[in-house]
Amino acid sequence: MERSRAVFAKPWLWSFLGALAVWLAAIAFTGGHGGGGMLSAALALAQFTVIVGIGQMFVITLGPGNVDLSLPANIGLASAVAMKVMHGSDSMIAVGLLAALACGAAIGAANYLLIRALRIPPIIATLSASFIIQSADISYGRGLQIKPPPGFADFTNLEVFGIPILAMLTAAFSVVAGIALHRMVYGRSVLAIGQNSRAAWLAGIHVGRTRALTYTLSGALGGIDGALLAGYFRGANVDIGNEYLLASLAVVVIGGTSVAGGKANVPGIWGAALFLVLLLTMLNTFGVSAGVRLLVTGLVIVAVIAAAGGQAAQR
Amino acid sequence: MPVTSARKPAQGATARARLIRAWLPTLSLALVLAAIAWLNPRAISYFGFSLMLNLAIPIVLATIAQLFVISGNELDLSIGSFVSFVGCVTATWLNDAPWLGIATLLAAVCVYAALGALIYLRNLPSIVVTLGMSFVWQGLAILMLPTPGGKAPAWLQGFAAFSFPFVPLPIVAALAIGAIVHFGLMQTSYGAILRGSGGNPAALARAGWSLLKTKVVLFALAGFFGVLSGMALISITTSADANIGSGYTLLAIAGVILGGGEFVGGRVSPFGAVVGALTMALAASPLLTFMKIPPDWQVAANGAILIVVLAARALVSRRED
Repeated sequence: MERSRAVFAKPWLWSFLGALAVWLAAIAFTGGHGGGGMLSAALALAQFTVIVGIGQMFVITLGPGNVDLSLPANIGLASAVAMKVMHGSDSMIAVGLLAALACGAAIGAANYLLIRALRIPPIIATLSASFIIQSADISYGRGLQIKPPPGFADFTNLEVFGIPILAMLTAAFSVVAGIALHRMVYGRSVLAIGQNSRAAWLAGIHVGRTRALTYTLSGALGGIDGALLAGYFRGANVDIGNEYLLASLAVVVIGGTSVAGGKANVPGIWGAALFLVLLLTMLNTFGVSAGVRLLVTGLVIVAVIAAAGGQAAQR
Repeated sequence: MPVTSARKPAQGATARARLIRAWLPTLSLALVLAAIAWLNPRAISYFGFSLMLNLAIPIVLATIAQLFVISGNELDLSIGSFVSFVGCVTATWLNDAPWLGIATLLAAVCVYAALGALIYLRNLPSIVVTLGMSFVWQGLAILMLPTPGGKAPAWLQGFAAFSFPFVPLPIVAALAIGAIVHFGLMQTSYGAILRGSGGNPAALARAGWSLLKTKVVLFALAGFFGVLSGMALISITTSADANIGSGYTLLAIAGVILGGGEFVGGRVSPFGAVVGALTMALAASPLLTFMKIPPDWQVAANGAILIVVLAARALVSRRED
């Protein structure tokens, strides 16, 4: 009983076990072939979910109702901005990445301003913002498939011993995010606000500043993710970020971060992202139709979240 | 307003702010109508309204579905793909094998009720659960109707073809829906309990009401109105495709919020939501076509309307304090 409770206390362990299970199922189906390739492909796709997942994690940790629904639109716009600024030339890569970062950060800051100025729930604020961002993207991108500079495309697809370079960088960033969350004033402030924002305010924490920073951070991560995605898939498009609404929320929740706020977990995001990507890989190796793939993905996410459960009911 | 002001005038100001707040949804609808009348006077006629509001009823019904979920402090991000799924069932099974179709739609409502129970019992975040369910409904819709097609049952098309003298059908239907939901949710005693489950769940539980039951009832009602929305949509379009309702999730949330609903505290308004849904339905396309806004920016206009109305409400609320 004690032991099982200890395991349940670490829900992120489950996400890695789940990832392992679907990977084994996929390998069993192919008869042991392509297991390694499947893992590198999974890492390459999971890194994009992890980047936005970390941003979403900090936002959700701020407490009930805090969520960034503008990430998909943000990713789409930033991918177009990055590709336009780079304009296919290797010398502009850094500038393009900075532009995507700035675009995302501006969107995040605008989200916070809407929440603050209109005193509306973040869900509605980020949703309304995403309408406008999406239109801006459609109008700005104009269906032009601008190719990334060859150097950038190669870099985002580069692998060393089967491990994508980007995944290593993302892993390094995750470590930094983990340290920021647990050891730095910023992360501790986020956790404190999530546990009780009034108590945090009375304790002298800059609640407004921390929230503004968190939404800006989430936006900036969405922006950089958009640029990297455009490089990896060799072109920006409006729908490039669509799947990251469910994905960013799902990895945060499956990874053991509390939706009620005040409790976050970075390693769980990796486990959950790998789990989701490998689940899709497994379904693809089974050769199921698009309808079945959506159906199973949805059912598995609902089942996993239901099994992991929320916090002890406080209602 | 100075804090030291005498009590009476302050109360008067508060009452006035409340009044403005209550009329804000109607005011925004009137503004949208005025803009249409100014841009194209001929649109303000029986036929003009019939055309402009052609697709309003499914949006109103989806908005009411969302209203029930929001009353209980939850949010349903799957209503759009649920409407798509219902549309696919309506255009295929309900036409070819009515009993199978009816059983499927009833089962779908039961799934909604079960989701309510699951969300309450496991204390789950409704946005993630419903986002996951949106994949499920979408997948089922694609399985049922891989390519656009199907056919609405003849009796259903008869409903859509029905017309009233002097007042276009969508307006009559919207008012009727608003009146029924207003009565059920605002006038009956159990309606008050349902709203209370969002307003102060702890107090309600102490008073001996089952929060599990209220959540199940609210989600079942959402599923029921989602089914009505999908059927109403197919009665107009007469055929379906797997993405037919995809825009409804956002329209429905926007409609509830435009109509004066609050995200927390069970503060909702059925008539307001109907008016909000009509505003969204009008603003979604006809108005923007008249205003010569390029299609690229039509989605943005929806977001902008939402932000403007919320800003106006924030101003009014500040005066209310």
